[in-house]
Amino acid sequence: MTLVTAKALEKTYIAGDITVRAIRGIDFTIEPASFVSFVGPSGSGKSTLLNMIGCLDPPTNGFLEVAGQEVTHFRSKESARFRGDHIGFIFQDFNLIPVLTVFENIEYPLQMVQNWPTGKRKQRVQELLEAVGMKDQGNKFPSQISGGQKQRVAVARALVTNAKLVLADEPTANLDRETANRIISLMKQMRDEFGTTFIFSTHDSKVMKSAEKIFTLEDGKLEQQANGKDSPKNKFTFSGVEAPAWQGARRANSRAI
Amino acid sequence: MFNIFKFAARNLLRYKRRTFLTSILITLGVVAVLIFVSVSGSFKAMMIGQVTDSMLGHLQVHHKGYLSSIDSLPLNLNLNSKQIAKVKEILDKNDAVKAYSMRIKLGAMFSNFAETTNVRLNAVNPEQEIQTVPMLADRIIKGEKDGLLEKGEILVPELIAKGMKVKIGDTIVLVATNKDGSVNGQPFVVRGILEGISGPGGRDGFIHLDDARALLRVNDREISEIAIRLKDMDQMNKVFDELKDQLGSFKNKMDKPVFELHTWEKLSPFFNIARMIDLMTFFIKIMLVAIVLVSIMNVMIMAVYERINEIGTIAAIGTGPGKILSLFLVEGFLLGVVGALIGIVISLITIAGMNAAQLSFDFGRQKGLLLSPTIASSDVLMVAVIVIAISVLGSLQPAWKAAKMDPITALRHV
Repeated sequence: MTLVTAKALEKTYIAGDITVRAIRGIDFTIEPASFVSFVGPSGSGKSTLLNMIGCLDPPTNGFLEVAGQEVTHFRSKESARFRGDHIGFIFQDFNLIPVLTVFENIEYPLQMVQNWPTGKRKQRVQELLEAVGMKDQGNKFPSQISGGQKQRVAVARALVTNAKLVLADEPTANLDRETANRIISLMKQMRDEFGTTFIFSTHDSKVMKSAEKIFTLEDGKLEQQANGKDSPKNKFTFSGVEAPAWQGARRANSRAI
Repeated sequence: MFNIFKFAARNLLRYKRRTFLTSILITLGVVAVLIFVSVSGSFKAMMIGQVTDSMLGHLQVHHKGYLSSIDSLPLNLNLNSKQIAKVKEILDKNDAVKAYSMRIKLGAMFSNFAETTNVRLNAVNPEQEIQTVPMLADRIIKGEKDGLLEKGEILVPELIAKGMKVKIGDTIVLVATNKDGSVNGQPFVVRGILEGISGPGGRDGFIHLDDARALLRVNDREISEIAIRLKDMDQMNKVFDELKDQLGSFKNKMDKPVFELHTWEKLSPFFNIARMIDLMTFFIKIMLVAIVLVSIMNVMIMAVYERINEIGTIAAIGTGPGKILSLFLVEGFLLGVVGALIGIVISLITIAGMNAAQLSFDFGRQKGLLLSPTIASSDVLMVAVIVIAISVLGSLQPAWKAAKMDPITALRHV
């Protein structure tokens, strides 16, 4: 039983005369309740791969199955529905909705996407607030909390729908070391508690080590699979900060949790 | 749905100044339209009221061909007693008719024993005339208003009274030629001086119907026109159609219609002014639509542009295109509702204030007409519906753009 299965997966972008093969026929599987990291240099295809797994970008060729459903040929409406039902997202820039409180941000997917009844919804949000250690911060707006707290809220929002899979592209890139470690620990804790699979991409070799399974990408090809302890820290050089496809390039000031 | 409204309201409050300025713009547009509609409507109603209630009535029946010759006041195109009876029978059966008045219209020489001038006269039955044109008595600027006039009395038009230097109680002589060409004269006592108003018949004098018959030596009970007052003026076109059908069935020996029926609109040039007012109101409404459309589109395009990243986020976490579309449409809707509501409240207060202030104005020779602006609830409702509909329409393009946005592109947006 696998949660994600990719076979001969390809993604090609065509812009005028230029053709870019971002993902070049890769195969992999990811088991439920695993803690997986995609690593690789800028342009290696990490973000493209996460976008495809997250049903944000359809593959050009190949086969992709997520949560027991083939998503290769999803249309945009089907993709939106599938994302709402099965996938949670954590963004590098947190991407909380500024006009909603912490509580309402976590509540949003239940309220606006899954239409949960009020009582059940409130109870679920409260559970998640407690789980991520933000029990007393529910009435605050995103502008009133630190970067680490924002990412905790984002983790709660990603988990609130009982998503089977949470995708996080560079979830710690805007956080200081200590806060980054806490967020990774929180994600692991949530995985243990809810059985949710976490897939994240990172440049950070220390964050990388926390993954239980590491996929190394280079030029759109899957170069290596390894356990966290054997992270390929010397395999490539991280130069500069990549702006992943599904994250804004803004860099929020990170503050300690 | 409530959640969408709550979310949309929060988003509007996010940019308070922009929302405030857009609402103010819509509000000003609504106020301008409602005030204009109420003031011009009041002016129009007053003028139409003057024309119909003191002179023409709502409808008039004549002998076929009379209206085209009305300048010469032809006596040979009068309705005879048989024809009058037929018209009376039809009018009496029609529930929408409140009153009608038989008139003989004639031209005569007006002499004060020193000078002579021409005068156009309406010979009327005072009781019928008061019922049909109740504001006629208000035009009597000097003399007794009650009862309008008695036999042997005349209401002299203001200009003739001034020119001929006649006063209340003076005796004057009217000399008229009947349809056979014989001339007859008769003395009359000046009962009142009548204020002139714009339009046909606005400067006519009045005498009693029986006096006119004596003056013209008319044996038959013939008349020139029948002025009709309806219970509800809004029913005029419906009643006109009914009466036209009924009167049209009467044909002469040559199979031509005997009667002609006209509304006040056909008889008075003021109708064109009324149409101009309607046209101006229409263009003012078009301007309101333009103001609302431009301001809403502007603010919503900005809102979408500034929130592209946020749109990407909510799309990524599963918000469907329909819901994203609704979010922005509801924002436009709320802006329209707020602008329209504030505008309506300000307009109603202003209209009430104008009525309390008793503003007056002059129209032609009529001085000190009291401005009493009113606005029909249907007009208020129509303006509100227009504003809200245009607000939603103005939001449609930006909302559509937001709904169709590719989540990846939106999330990449800086």
